[in-house]
Amino acid sequence: MSKFWIILSHTYLTRVKTKSFLISTAITLLLIIGLANFQSIIGMFSDESGTEKVVVVDESGTYMEPLQESFAAIDEDIELIPFDGTVDEAQTAVQNEEYNALVAISTNADQLPEATYYANNIADSGNQMAIEQHLQQLKVVIATQQSGIDQATIADIYAPMSFETVALDESAKTQEELSQARGIVYIMLFVLYMAVIIYGQMIATDVATEKSSRVMEILISSASPVTHMFAKIAGVALVGLTQVGLVIAVAYGLIVSKQDEMTGEFFSSFGFENTSPTIFIYAIVFFILGYLLYATLAAMLGSLVSRIEDVNQLLTPMIMLIMVAFFIAMFGLGTPDATFIQITSFIPFFTPMIMFLRVGMLDIPVWEVALSIGILIGTIAVLAYIGAKVYSGGVLMYGRSGSLKDFKKAIRLSKKEK
Amino acid sequence: MTLLIKEVTKRFEGHTAVDRLSLEIPEKQMFGFLGGNGAGKTTTFRMILGLLDITEGEISWNGESINYDKSHLIGYLPEERGLYPKLTVKNQLIYLGKLRGMKKQDVVEELEYWLERFNVPEYMNKQVDELSKGNQQKIQFITAVIHKPKLLILDEPFSGLDPINVEMLKEAVIDLKEQGTSIVFSSHRMEHVEELCEHLCILHKGTPVVQGSLKDIKQTFGKKNLVIHGDLSFDFLEKFPGVLRYKKLAQGCELQIAQEEISQEIFQALQGQGFIRKFDLEEPSLNDIFIEKVGASYE
Repeated sequence: MSKFWIILSHTYLTRVKTKSFLISTAITLLLIIGLANFQSIIGMFSDESGTEKVVVVDESGTYMEPLQESFAAIDEDIELIPFDGTVDEAQTAVQNEEYNALVAISTNADQLPEATYYANNIADSGNQMAIEQHLQQLKVVIATQQSGIDQATIADIYAPMSFETVALDESAKTQEELSQARGIVYIMLFVLYMAVIIYGQMIATDVATEKSSRVMEILISSASPVTHMFAKIAGVALVGLTQVGLVIAVAYGLIVSKQDEMTGEFFSSFGFENTSPTIFIYAIVFFILGYLLYATLAAMLGSLVSRIEDVNQLLTPMIMLIMVAFFIAMFGLGTPDATFIQITSFIPFFTPMIMFLRVGMLDIPVWEVALSIGILIGTIAVLAYIGAKVYSGGVLMYGRSGSLKDFKKAIRLSKKEK
Repeated sequence: MTLLIKEVTKRFEGHTAVDRLSLEIPEKQMFGFLGGNGAGKTTTFRMILGLLDITEGEISWNGESINYDKSHLIGYLPEERGLYPKLTVKNQLIYLGKLRGMKKQDVVEELEYWLERFNVPEYMNKQVDELSKGNQQKIQFITAVIHKPKLLILDEPFSGLDPINVEMLKEAVIDLKEQGTSIVFSSHRMEHVEELCEHLCILHKGTPVVQGSLKDIKQTFGKKNLVIHGDLSFDFLEKFPGVLRYKKLAQGCELQIAQEEISQEIFQALQGQGFIRKFDLEEPSLNDIFIEKVGASYE
């Protein structure tokens, strides 16, 4: 087994066995399961009382029947009960908690219904609104009948206007495709953002731990700092894959088991149904490159500190960078063809997010994508080279640190001076 | 398996840490590296190991430069001790041993042997941060020697240990030497170097001020120590020709003399002066040589 694999598997296994990893993964999985069962969980709490009993005092005697029909068609939670007494008697009954609420319907001067809603507690507005809506419909029916307008005309008036958007450029994405792409872009942006912050931090902390416990000098006397750095980056990447893989597996299992409830809504809003596979390939490519870029940066920064407490301080600029990229990308979701977005998509630290956004949302010439990937790979190579230099110098450098001045010092320490 | 250091210089920003150091450390040798703080000992070790680039000169081992392909032949005990605090002794050694090219099974066997030898077999599955500093040092020592290196570099191996543990480690070091390991070790405890090393080098501000075999160094140093106990005043000896240093003791005095012949002149001069209880001509200690050589360049 080469040293790369020894370090990689050590990094992976020690990380995966930590309590923090196990707990955070467990919590994430629970959250997902919870989210998937959101409906039933909510139902479990809210539905303890069963249907609400609402008594109706109908002075005219004509509204009760159509109202009950209207309720029977939609609302199952509210049971309407005709009341044969006066309003006062009904109020007493509600006060005695025989019923949940009371609706008193009368006819006004215009021969239209008007109603008063009584309940012991009017904070729960759900029932009131339901009843109000049904009465409103009833009122419209009665009012239009009185003015002699037939029902078909009413239906025409209320029907929504047809409004369609058509892109004239034939290669441009259709509205449907766009919303699907937006879903994927959004997920990928968010996952990359989280991955950089969580796993970048993990790499930097790991390196700083080895440095602060001074085991680093032994490590780099048996394996080269460059091997060590990349094995660490790959090891943490595997930890990330394990975590993300578990989450995806559980999520997939849930989706399959709850397919009937979830298709339609969930899938169409995130656009998984029939997206082209190229966008997934782009997502993976940009994700890996983005991770490598930031992970190299994190390892380099981690090698500069001598105390774990300083890790966060030194990582802040990096986290700011990914946050800026994330916010530009969020802004870009609405206006993917802005010049600003176009320019930033070529800045390597933003490319993984913003170029992917453009690829997903627009029809970008291949050379532009190739160029941005080229710049990105070039930057990673340069960063890896500098990183290795800083790393081999930085790991031997102790003392007060936490400033970017240490970069220069570390490079100098590893440089041959003639 | 000779370690050859040829005209090696290391310059950092503005100052020279090691200045034209040349050394030859033959196989099965224990080589002592002496020097005050900041003399350049650790820097030299790091250059031997390839952790730092050499500004000028070259270091070779058996005619080849040292790189990571040879790391399974090299053992290193750094001055700043470092282990993973949260790993158990066993897991720690397995990881570090594998990095030195060992198989897991062999690591465990060797580790059992060493823990037994250091009377701490119960530490096998303990976390390192549960151990005392001295015991951590034993573990650190085991990490340096578990893969039976051909070249062993020990930076201050005995610091922070109680006398019993120092003896235990010394014996282990001597055993390794007899099994054919070349050992380079640094210390500022002169008596350890004097006891263990045939060859040594005293570094001062990156320059070797004394180097060679212990015997030669003492011989060429020339100066001897003379201890005299007796019931008379020895004050006149302070001005005696050939006496370099005079120190009054409770029962007599301790002198440093330029050559051993001077002792005979003093012996003559003391005849009939009074009762002499002890007249002892001693080899200079390494301590004397160190103070003399390093102290001289302070002035």
